[in-house]
Amino acid sequence: MTPLTLTLRQRPDQRLDLSPLVPQGLAGKTAREIEQIDLQTTRRRVKVGDVFRLRMGDVDQIRIQDTCDRLDYIGREMSGGEILVEGNVGVQAGRLMAGGRLTVIGNAGPWAASGMKAGVFEIRGTVGDRLGGPLAGEIAGMRGGVVVVRGFAGERAGDRMRRGTIIIEGEAGPNAGSRMIAGTLIVRRRAGPLPGYLLKRGTIVLGDGCSALSPTFVDCGRYELVAMRWLAAMLEPYSKAAGALLRRPLSRFAGDMAVLGKGEIFVGNRN
Amino acid sequence: MSLIVRGVHIDDTFAEAFGMRATALIITADTSAWARQAALTMTGFATSVIGCGCEAGIDCELTEKQTPDGRPGVRVLLFAVSTAELQKQLQARVAQCVLTSPGSACYAGLEGEETLRLGNALRYFGDGWQISKRFGAKHVWRIPVMDGEFVCEATTGLTKKAVGGGNLLIIGSTTPTTRAAAEAAAAAIAKVPDVIAPFPGGIVRSGSKVGSKYKGVPASTNDAFCPTLRGAVDSSLDADVTCVLEIVIDGLTTEAVAAAMRAGIAAIVKLGPKRGATRVCAGNYGGKLGPHHYHLRDLLP
Repeated sequence: MTPLTLTLRQRPDQRLDLSPLVPQGLAGKTAREIEQIDLQTTRRRVKVGDVFRLRMGDVDQIRIQDTCDRLDYIGREMSGGEILVEGNVGVQAGRLMAGGRLTVIGNAGPWAASGMKAGVFEIRGTVGDRLGGPLAGEIAGMRGGVVVVRGFAGERAGDRMRRGTIIIEGEAGPNAGSRMIAGTLIVRRRAGPLPGYLLKRGTIVLGDGCSALSPTFVDCGRYELVAMRWLAAMLEPYSKAAGALLRRPLSRFAGDMAVLGKGEIFVGNRN
Repeated sequence: MSLIVRGVHIDDTFAEAFGMRATALIITADTSAWARQAALTMTGFATSVIGCGCEAGIDCELTEKQTPDGRPGVRVLLFAVSTAELQKQLQARVAQCVLTSPGSACYAGLEGEETLRLGNALRYFGDGWQISKRFGAKHVWRIPVMDGEFVCEATTGLTKKAVGGGNLLIIGSTTPTTRAAAEAAAAAIAKVPDVIAPFPGGIVRSGSKVGSKYKGVPASTNDAFCPTLRGAVDSSLDADVTCVLEIVIDGLTTEAVAAAMRAGIAAIVKLGPKRGATRVCAGNYGGKLGPHHYHLRDLLP
């Protein structure tokens, strides 16, 4: 079946909340009903039909075209199906995602994959700060699923991650994996200063090291661990580069000893 | 009454087998030799549920492309009469024989309707330093050991559709030819997936009957098939018979057991009566005890 396609007519005057445009939200709706869905974030009402050209199709395959960074909450709480976004997206894309596949062929704003529970979220461009992280007042960030960023990531990627896997094929900003509770964060290239800040448990892998590692991480030696081979086999369908990194000898640092200290940072090249 | 296929007499009888609980594991190591060593150690002393608690053996060897961590491996099957006993045997054998083997790792080898605790039971060996790692539905434990880490999947599958006690009684005029037939059959059965022949080399020479003249002995020698007792008991053997060997087969499914028995009979028949066995029979209890009946006439090549 052909996908349901939404093409942005022009850059909207206000930020829009696209959270209703998920497969489970559109199921059973007619084209007219979809065009009547409210997207505004101000008092001025904006409906789907006002800003998008709609071509009906399978609601389990949604394609959103010519997007811009004023479109927020894309894929929020989606539980299945597929959303393909051709362009940039705003804040909190994939927040609380619980299944399915979300692909952004462009850049994503801050708090992408925030609190994500399951599914696969791929960002072909770069992503803003606090990838997978919690909003203010929340205890845990990402709780499951797989996030793949082909480009760079901003500050605090994986902040307070509880479970799940984040792969960043480019570089990561400062404090990658800060306050992680568990889960796996892989940065194929270099990370900014102080990765794993207050890391309790969980695994961080840095392909090209970082600009400054906290002294509260202790050197445990260099290894080719079986667990990394297992993880490499799991990750290869999502990122061949991440799989290749995990098959290399990696230096293990345990920490953050400033807190629980049962986490670990693996480093490929120690620059 | 018997059928004759290429000179080998096939009795018109059936093997009677029982439902069992079973699981499977994949054991990997840095080399195939060490993976096999761990598997052999784990499946040692696991020939019969009567005295060993479980029946276990190697199902097949696995290449690097077939294992979860890309290292050579071995698939092992375990069978027991109850879920509780299977859990107990699995935990004890992996803890003492696989965890201890250099470079080993252990993964689920079966997707079952229910699960047994594997790494979830062994993780405490890590004394608080064990690390849980999940990816999708997969969950492993990383337990620090002196050569690095022991990686062990949290659970493995359990099947309640397994079958134990498929069998072939291989009867010959001399010990060497009978053994040759049994070896050929065991080799053919080893190639069938999802089955094991748990006895030494797949062959058992001490077939048993239920009960004994002695109180408290659950099984005793199958006197009807002991050549040296011919004439003294109600023997099932002809005058020219000097040796009987048995192959016992456990399988994850009844279809697998049937396929294994078919492969075994084909190998015996192919060898012929001069170089191998003169007759093939099967053990049963009159059809009243076991729900699975494998009639030899249905399994002929």
